[in-house]
Amino acid sequence: MKIKVEQLEQVTIVIPIGDIDALTASEVAAFLDSQLKEGGNQLVADLSQVGYMSSAGLRALLATLKEARHQKGDFRLAAVQANVQQVLDMSGFSGIFQVFPTVEAAAASFGD
Amino acid sequence: MSKRWELTVDGHCENLATIADFVTEAAQAWGLNEKATFEVQMAVDEACTNIIEHGYRGERRGKITLCCECADDDFVVTIRDNGQPFDPEAIPPPDLTCRLAERPCGGLGLYFMRQLMDEVRFHFDAEGNELTMIKKIS
Amino acid sequence: MEITTRQLKRVDVVTVSGRVDSAAAPRLEEALKAIVDANRFRICLDLKDLEYISSAGIKVLISFLKTCKRWNRGDLRLANMSPYITEVFDLAGLTSLFQLYPSIVDAVGSF
Repeated sequence: MKIKVEQLEQVTIVIPIGDIDALTASEVAAFLDSQLKEGGNQLVADLSQVGYMSSAGLRALLATLKEARHQKGDFRLAAVQANVQQVLDMSGFSGIFQVFPTVEAAAASFGD
Repeated sequence: MSKRWELTVDGHCENLATIADFVTEAAQAWGLNEKATFEVQMAVDEACTNIIEHGYRGERRGKITLCCECADDDFVVTIRDNGQPFDPEAIPPPDLTCRLAERPCGGLGLYFMRQLMDEVRFHFDAEGNELTMIKKIS
Repeated sequence: MEITTRQLKRVDVVTVSGRVDSAAAPRLEEALKAIVDANRFRICLDLKDLEYISSAGIKVLISFLKTCKRWNRGDLRLANMSPYITEVFDLAGLTSLFQLYPSIVDAVGSF
């Protein structure tokens, strides 16, 4: 799976491209984990190019969130598509994650 | 009139995309709207993921057979496999309100299936496991 | 001739209706080219409303069949061929070249 990464000052933006399901979830989790290990504990997932996420994807996001907070940082979500928002709502994850309409807003939220 | 489609694939994650496309086309052929089609496709994805990861323990040990058909106003998906059976009653629905540290990671797939489909029925016997999921066409 | 294209997870479904004559064949070519240019090589054609296809149209299909099958990266499969179109394909010796399916659902599942 193609995953891009960009830096917005102190915030690391991870951009997965494609579906996050049982086939790709562990790859995404491993990538996010490697970003946290490299020291950036302010992490944002730009989900504008993720058209579908199953519970396998949610587990990957949850694991990353737990680790980021354990490192005294956070992991926030941005630009979520409608299908994925439905999944976040159904699972109650929209109450656990901070979700922003744009990557800029998500990155800026770390300054609060 | 009744139309029926059947697909058998190896129980591996690489086949989840083909399974999704197959179910999507079958749903569209029966005139399910976009939202219902997405919900059916996702429920099937979760069901097959469970079969692959738990039933076959991710070891590519078996096949998955899917059957899509329409009966009256119901779009019925039947999924058969020969993996480890399980007790669906033994999996509690996830507690959606508990705090982060306490959120367990399991049970979400089954929960989604029940949320997305109108009926979810399991049957286990010596021949194998059979899951029937129904979406009402309205 | 009308063409609609849908992108699924693994395959693209192209529905071709009406008449594919030499005037319309370039549009079919364009639609298929858009898919392979996006690096997607698993294509299912739904031909249930195809009334007529000329040799120009057949040339396009063969060309893209070759493109899709190159390096085993994909295939171009056909669904819902009417008896008339099947006859045309038989006469042109093509039915052995293409994988044919009774429905688009079966074609999509074959990938």
